[in-house]
Amino acid sequence: MAMHNAWPMKALSIKNLTKVYSNGIKALRGVNFDVEEGDFFALLGPNGAGKTTTIGIITSLVNKTEGEVKVFGHDIDTELMAAKACIGVVPQEINLNMFDKLVNIVVNQAGFYGIPKRKALIRAEECLKQMQLWDRRQDIARNLSGGMKRRLMIARALVHSPRLLILDEPTAGVDIEIRRSMWRFLREINRAGTTIILTTHYLEEAESLCRHVAIVDEGKIIEYDAMDQILRKLKEEIFMLNLREPVDRVPDLGAYQVRLSAPHELEAQITRDQSLNGLFAELSAAGLEVISMRNKANRLEELFFRLTERKNNHESEIRSPGIKSPEIKSPGAIA
Amino acid sequence: MIVRTQIIGFRTIVRKEYSRVIRIWVQTMIPPAITMTLYFVIFGSIIGKRVGQMGGFEYMHYIAPGLIMMSVITNSYGNVVSSFFSAKYNRHLEEMLVAPLPNFYIVLGYVAGGVVRGLLVGGVVTIVAMFFTHLRISSISVTISIVVLTSFVFSLAGLLNAMLAKKFDDIAIIPSFVLAPLTYLGGVFYSISLLPDLAQRASMMNPILYMVNAFRYGMLGISDINIWLAYAIIIVFSVSLFSVCLVLMNRGVGIRH
Repeated sequence: MAMHNAWPMKALSIKNLTKVYSNGIKALRGVNFDVEEGDFFALLGPNGAGKTTTIGIITSLVNKTEGEVKVFGHDIDTELMAAKACIGVVPQEINLNMFDKLVNIVVNQAGFYGIPKRKALIRAEECLKQMQLWDRRQDIARNLSGGMKRRLMIARALVHSPRLLILDEPTAGVDIEIRRSMWRFLREINRAGTTIILTTHYLEEAESLCRHVAIVDEGKIIEYDAMDQILRKLKEEIFMLNLREPVDRVPDLGAYQVRLSAPHELEAQITRDQSLNGLFAELSAAGLEVISMRNKANRLEELFFRLTERKNNHESEIRSPGIKSPEIKSPGAIA
Repeated sequence: MIVRTQIIGFRTIVRKEYSRVIRIWVQTMIPPAITMTLYFVIFGSIIGKRVGQMGGFEYMHYIAPGLIMMSVITNSYGNVVSSFFSAKYNRHLEEMLVAPLPNFYIVLGYVAGGVVRGLLVGGVVTIVAMFFTHLRISSISVTISIVVLTSFVFSLAGLLNAMLAKKFDDIAIIPSFVLAPLTYLGGVFYSISLLPDLAQRASMMNPILYMVNAFRYGMLGISDINIWLAYAIIIVFSVSLFSVCLVLMNRGVGIRH
């Protein structure tokens, strides 16, 4: 155990992973990344980038063309069963037996992992209670709401206490209250030692939860680093400042570029060599009092757009629930 | 230890399949009972009285083993093809595919589920037959071994169909255009000794003829074919189909990209 703390084991190691589908589409073109044990890892990318294919290969739902995948040191080519035993997966699409009872779905999943029925019933109760579904255990899956189905899939994935939990867009279509309770739960199980790999289109979610991130685009990893290091690469951010008193013209704030978006609201651009302290000093000098502020866009989202260079084509695919305005502008577009 | 956990996985599939058969008993148990009752009434009671004896038995008595076997064949096949294909189509087959459960046990689990349904329905039809005729068993070992092996073969055939099927139409084609004709022409309702020479030779190409006759031998002690040849054919089919299913599962045909 002490050795693990000194040199954390790799929960997942992927080397030169390639996938060419039978129709000739190259989904992965030599993907390389590692996930340390205990990490909360984000795998991001636009639709069709290769995230789900990567997860499919890790979980053996997709046959790889080339490359090496190891889960806690178990090579999926030579020790597939040992590798599979470490993984719990929540897929992107709902894949529940809609006509089966919730408790049966979870108990059966435990059985597939070799857990005897008596123990499986105890684990199923724990997992369904954690996901607040225990009261609905005798219902059939078909009668659940979309959010409940997602939670049921998480309960099912956790029933065998996996060391590595892979969540492929687990909060898609889930309301904000349930999403935040899911975040709390995921943080808890991560703190308890479960390594988590998350793919999501809610970049606010990835920024809030994950410590490391890999961004995949067109089957290649284009960015792979700690979350804070990745965010440092963002050259500028835009903040929305709510003013106590309305202004009728754009104030002069020295080197800071600002735009008046409403009489009570300023849009201010902060570059990497500037600071918020400096901006507030200028605002105070101009006699402007700020009562609240927020990021115009999620920082990771901004970076994501730039890295994938698809801002114009894919704006509609990236949703950020924390942003009031769906409009996402480059800081360079500021007046 | 690993084998023990894998056997738990296998038992889970069988239990799941059994629960499914029982849960939808109106679809799985009642239709064969009604269909076979109609067969007994129409072919056995109404027409059978005019047919007289066949193979030394009353016609009703003669067709009873064939009708039992027919229901076993169609239900074993139907159970696996519908259960596996719907699991594949609705993607909850992935529950098993991501688990540390070797394909050998997945194949065996689904096939065992088909055998369970085949035998349950066979039991129901046997009870129905007892209302119409006096059933007897000439050789219990032949009767049980043939019905289990036949159910095993057609469960495997159903699994193969489900693995290769891409849409629901694909799982209806084989039962309608292959299984039903072979079953009806497989000596369920008649002895092939009644057929002209050419038709007899053609019938000998039909594997279901061997299964029906071997089962009839087990119950009535009469058969149109050599019983050991029937065993050989059924075992060859069992081993071949199991191997094909396992190879396809390992390659991920129809289930993995």
